[in-house]
Amino acid sequence: MQERLVVPIGVLMAISVFSPLAHAQARLPGAVYDFDKKGEKPGPAPVRDISGVWEPASGVAGGIQGKGAAAMESCKRDPKTGKYAVDRNAPVTDTGYATPDCLKPDVEPPYTPLGRETVKAHIPVEGYRMVPDALTNDPILKCDPGGFPRINLHNFRTSEILQTPTHMVILYKFQHRYRQIWTDGRELPKDPENPAWGNSADALPPESRWWGYSVGKWVDDYTFTVQTNGFYDDRTWLDNAGLPQSDAMLVEETYHRVDADHLELSIKLTDPKIYTKPWTALDRLSLRLQSPHLEIQEMECSPSDQEHWNKFFGNQTGPTNGADKAK
Amino acid sequence: MRHRLIAIFAAFASLVIVSIPLFAHHGAASFDTSKKLTVKGTVVEWFWANPHCFLRFDVKGEDGQTVQWVVETQSGPNITPLGYTKQIFKPGDEVTVTLTPVRNGKPLGRLLSVVLPNGKKLGVSAATAGEGRAEESQ
Repeated sequence: MQERLVVPIGVLMAISVFSPLAHAQARLPGAVYDFDKKGEKPGPAPVRDISGVWEPASGVAGGIQGKGAAAMESCKRDPKTGKYAVDRNAPVTDTGYATPDCLKPDVEPPYTPLGRETVKAHIPVEGYRMVPDALTNDPILKCDPGGFPRINLHNFRTSEILQTPTHMVILYKFQHRYRQIWTDGRELPKDPENPAWGNSADALPPESRWWGYSVGKWVDDYTFTVQTNGFYDDRTWLDNAGLPQSDAMLVEETYHRVDADHLELSIKLTDPKIYTKPWTALDRLSLRLQSPHLEIQEMECSPSDQEHWNKFFGNQTGPTNGADKAK
Repeated sequence: MRHRLIAIFAAFASLVIVSIPLFAHHGAASFDTSKKLTVKGTVVEWFWANPHCFLRFDVKGEDGQTVQWVVETQSGPNITPLGYTKQIFKPGDEVTVTLTPVRNGKPLGRLLSVVLPNGKKLGVSAATAGEGRAEESQ
């Protein structure tokens, strides 16, 4: 009997150890990841250059944080065993559904009373408070713009950075979007709730934006920082877990060129309406430089397609009674 | 000793099962990831879209009644590396689908694998399975 059990135990151990590796090595065809180049010694970082096509260095899904911005690090595997924490009796959250405790953020964002009230009104399909598709009010699932910084905090995929003498442009795969980051010396809008380029000769009338107003500068030869404000309103979420933001938010991105092949992206948030103090939502996400011939796939969200999907699938996933909720 | 081995076996089995939702893509709360079903049916529609594709197919039961199943999977860009295309299924194709069912008992699920009329089997990668993705989602 003992011998008969040893084999399946070994198989399960192998699955539990190696399946995370299989996951980690998921790839976009044509892309190069760090696991392809073990033992490499990248060349030195070029001076004041973050241009190129970038892909999460750890694999195609390495930049996707469905658990939520603050929870990204909470479900890390043990590096020695490759295992996650196990919760056999997952608790029921305030949304009525049970999720593994591992998905609970290690550190809760520093909510203001309005922030706490707002996050409870957000019903996400991912993260610790996730519900079936039929019950969500995630605006992105109506194909509303995900906006910034959700594009990075939820779904950073293949992206291209273009540098010009006056600005940088980032082309994003997810939702097929772009951002313009000015480097021509202009200042951020002074009033984030009534934003405009007041100091620019090309100033446009004030307009709040789903993607904000962005200015960037080099703080040293290898570090480019971006500040963004002027957001539209509180309809955009920070991530797929439903963390809120407001029109008073200031986002600070740091792009640090580590070497010839790598770029690290960090994001700090300041939003006095929603959070009592600034906090780091993304800590040094490692990106890897790709061939300039690597094409950015189209991930456009079509409202009519989404309506069709909801009709036959999403809208059908809700509880038929309360019994299935706390499973 | 035997009981200890059984306990270890159960612990690893639960680890494999419980770790599944950690990778689950959006809507993971919809699914009963402890279950896996295999059904044979006739394709009605293959819907190719972002963020999610779905396969709709009719399954005839032993009682002669036909039940229409819908299984969803990831967006086109995510599953093309696995062999899926917009034209891979057409109405009338006979397919065998393995899926994770939803919790509410309706004939819905998440695609785990499908056998095409020519016998070729397509799966979903560790990163796109929903059991599955490291949040490979919308």
